[in-house]
Amino acid sequence: MSEATTAAAGGSSGQPTRIALLKVLGPVHVWALGVGIVLVGEFMGWNFSVGKGGAYGSLIACWVVGLLYTCVAMIDSEVTSTVAAAGGQYTQAKHIVGPLMAFNVGLYLVMAYTMLEAGDALVVGDLMKAVAGEFGHADLDPRPFVVLSIAILAWLNYRGVFMTLTVNFVITAAAFLAIVILFFGVAPWEPGKVLLHKELLIDLPYGWIGVIAAMQFAMWYYLGIEGTCQAAEEVRSAGRSIPLGTMSGMITLLIAASLTWYVAAGLMPWEYLGQAITPLYDAAKLTGNGTLQVILFVGTIFSAIASANGCINDASRAWFSMGRDRYLPTWFGAVHPRYRTPYRAILFLIPIAVVFAFQAPLDQVISFSILSGLLGYTFMSLNMMKFRKQWPLGSIKRGYVHPFHPLPAIVLLVLCVATYFATFLGYGATLVAVMAFYILASAWFVFHRYKFVRRGDQFTMPWPRPKGY
Amino acid sequence: MAQHYEPPKQAGVGQFIDSIVLMVLVFICLLAPVYLKADHSAAPPPEVQAEAAKAAATWQSLGQTPAQAQQWEKLGYTPETAQPIVENRFDYTVDPTALIVTIAVIVGYFVFVFRISDREYREVVRERFGNGGN
Repeated sequence: MSEATTAAAGGSSGQPTRIALLKVLGPVHVWALGVGIVLVGEFMGWNFSVGKGGAYGSLIACWVVGLLYTCVAMIDSEVTSTVAAAGGQYTQAKHIVGPLMAFNVGLYLVMAYTMLEAGDALVVGDLMKAVAGEFGHADLDPRPFVVLSIAILAWLNYRGVFMTLTVNFVITAAAFLAIVILFFGVAPWEPGKVLLHKELLIDLPYGWIGVIAAMQFAMWYYLGIEGTCQAAEEVRSAGRSIPLGTMSGMITLLIAASLTWYVAAGLMPWEYLGQAITPLYDAAKLTGNGTLQVILFVGTIFSAIASANGCINDASRAWFSMGRDRYLPTWFGAVHPRYRTPYRAILFLIPIAVVFAFQAPLDQVISFSILSGLLGYTFMSLNMMKFRKQWPLGSIKRGYVHPFHPLPAIVLLVLCVATYFATFLGYGATLVAVMAFYILASAWFVFHRYKFVRRGDQFTMPWPRPKGY
Repeated sequence: MAQHYEPPKQAGVGQFIDSIVLMVLVFICLLAPVYLKADHSAAPPPEVQAEAAKAAATWQSLGQTPAQAQQWEKLGYTPETAQPIVENRFDYTVDPTALIVTIAVIVGYFVFVFRISDREYREVVRERFGNGGN
């Protein structure tokens, strides 16, 4: 596989050297990549769903969207363990649907992760400002922290994937532990002592339409778990590591989401919670326990850093893969000769994340990221149906076969449609603007870029001819 | 065997322009709603905050129970500073025309992408596996 997926590390010499990405990762790294990207969603962002539908609305939406992501994880585990190559869903689209879809899927990945990275950096900056304010430095400028976070993580990614994801494992585990400590710190066995669910929870403020609307930001509890498949080319055993890492990651997130909602809804009025930038840190503050406050400060920072770290890893892999296949300028398809990382893709995406972190409010940045993710999930449901049709079970070697097909694909599609409607409620202009971007980018690809792409070379899997073609 | 397509070589300047074009597209399309203020925002806009500050608010007038008021105060808020947050509500009135246009855009996009992809994919398969089909 590595020979088939090597990349040109072309440089100024003009004589390309074939260098492959390193196969060094195990299930723990896959878990760290998936959960590391997503866990920040428990520390910030999910709570905007409370603003759209109230606390109960957010909880119902969290469960429904949890089902959406379970379908995503099931589908992803099968397709990725079979199409084990950098680029994840992008490479899947290339082999199963076709070049234009692949180009779009590559862009979904890059935009979803780059926006999420911008959101993560914003949270680091805002939290530093909030803490500085408590120590009498309310005029602290958070922007240097934003730039510094992105720059350090980009450097880490530049230097090597093994160290990057090992660091992610440690800080993600610490952030998850912070949520568990907070849960026990608020004494959930003594309702009314710290947690005030009875006094703070109210009925659905917008009725059931608010519950549907809340699905948009409920995605934030899990958005990015599908990023595990970006590591497909760098894991030692894709058939074992990807399903194991993804499914255990999904279980971790479902636990963390439930704990997060329970603690936050029992401490904050829903109107405040619906717009808070760092809700779990605020929850710790409300307990009046200084130790918890420090733990949640560290947890929030760690989760944001782990997420931004994973996002840089994933966005650069997708950008790199598109460069390697000539969907984007081939200059991006280079692997660092020493560190074996897609270094040009990593460097190119830094300023984009920084500009978004400075120019757009957090909920808009999150909306861009969510919509790109949502388009990707819509693709995944249609892609799964085509995959089983073009290569029925038994026709090719699969690392993992997910059960109950086509039910997960159908459920996923229905829930995606509901989430588009949820986004339309309140963020309709953003939805249309994002669609406009993908339509214009598609036109650019069809009428200009595709002429630079080699046709037969795009199909690199050792599979038989697809049925129906 | 299908004819092999040999793509033209792209010069460095062309590669640079292509990279920039995509980035410009991203910035225009995605920052447009932010600058045009076309959507709701989680944080209340300054004019709403200023308007809300004019009226003297109390926790009662904001519909907050004593327990809720206590939590607001622990977070450092007064009725005046909390008012714009409490009153910043979503409007879920559905405009049928906007909804139909949005559905048409999303469905049209996927139909376009799948159709063109299918055409391109057949070309890829022909070149990779030859002209015989199944």
